[in-house]
Amino acid sequence: MYRDAIGKRSPKVKNVVERGLVRRFAESIGDLHPIYVDEETGKNSRYGNNIAPPTFPRVFLSGNIEGLKLPGKGLIHGEQIYHYERPLLVEEEVFCYSVIEDYYEKEGSTGKMGFLKMKRYGEDANGKLIFTEESVIIITETVRRAMQV
Amino acid sequence: MTSITELRTGESLQTTLSPVSRMDLIKYSGASGDFNPIHTIDEEAKKAGLPGIIAHGMWTMGNLSKLFTPYYEIGFIQDYQIRFAGMVFLNDVITLQAQLEDKTEEHLHFKVSAINQKGKEVIKGKVRFALY
Repeated sequence: MYRDAIGKRSPKVKNVVERGLVRRFAESIGDLHPIYVDEETGKNSRYGNNIAPPTFPRVFLSGNIEGLKLPGKGLIHGEQIYHYERPLLVEEEVFCYSVIEDYYEKEGSTGKMGFLKMKRYGEDANGKLIFTEESVIIITETVRRAMQV
Repeated sequence: MTSITELRTGESLQTTLSPVSRMDLIKYSGASGDFNPIHTIDEEAKKAGLPGIIAHGMWTMGNLSKLFTPYYEIGFIQDYQIRFAGMVFLNDVITLQAQLEDKTEEHLHFKVSAINQKGKEVIKGKVRFALY
């Protein structure tokens, strides 16, 4: 049902790695390490700045993909894959966009399941890649049916 | 603490978290912006056919990465791949684990997982830690 959407992408959206949000995020995963939150530690580190935890891009916006409608409920998060060229620096600007990488269906014990693979790219102001974030979302038969009603 | 570079193949980094609390998940909802109510509100979880609220998979994945945080001066997580294999419920006691599988001059390769108090893997995957 999402096969036509493969290859579609969102516009680029500017995000800022906000200091306060990095602190709150680090705290929420029980990782208030000085490299994330203490300015002095950041300054004296090899990065010359504080960095953000690897799963932080979860908070970034990357714009809507035209025509893509996802159900609000019942989705299952199957997989998550990050790749980094370098860690994210606190207060830097990151330009994000998403692409629908793939969609396929498999027969499971509860009926046909859809697998939607999305990939998000995060670049610096010069268009140089910082990270990618891939998510595999599973859409169960029940949810698929509800959507077609 | 043993430095990550002194680990031998087969050895692990490991830590056990306090029992999962509702406040943990409320905080993660706020910080991540993922306000799906199955993670915080009992009735919504039950309506979705769950026995109770469950942790965000990304909360567990976020926690797991902290095994590597102390080593930011010698390297960083270059690749981090996770499959969500089971649900995490309130009061579950989660152990985070990273076992060194292989090492080269440039990279440390780990098998990573989060395991509940019954010994079930709730998330599992790999970390490739790049060395400077």
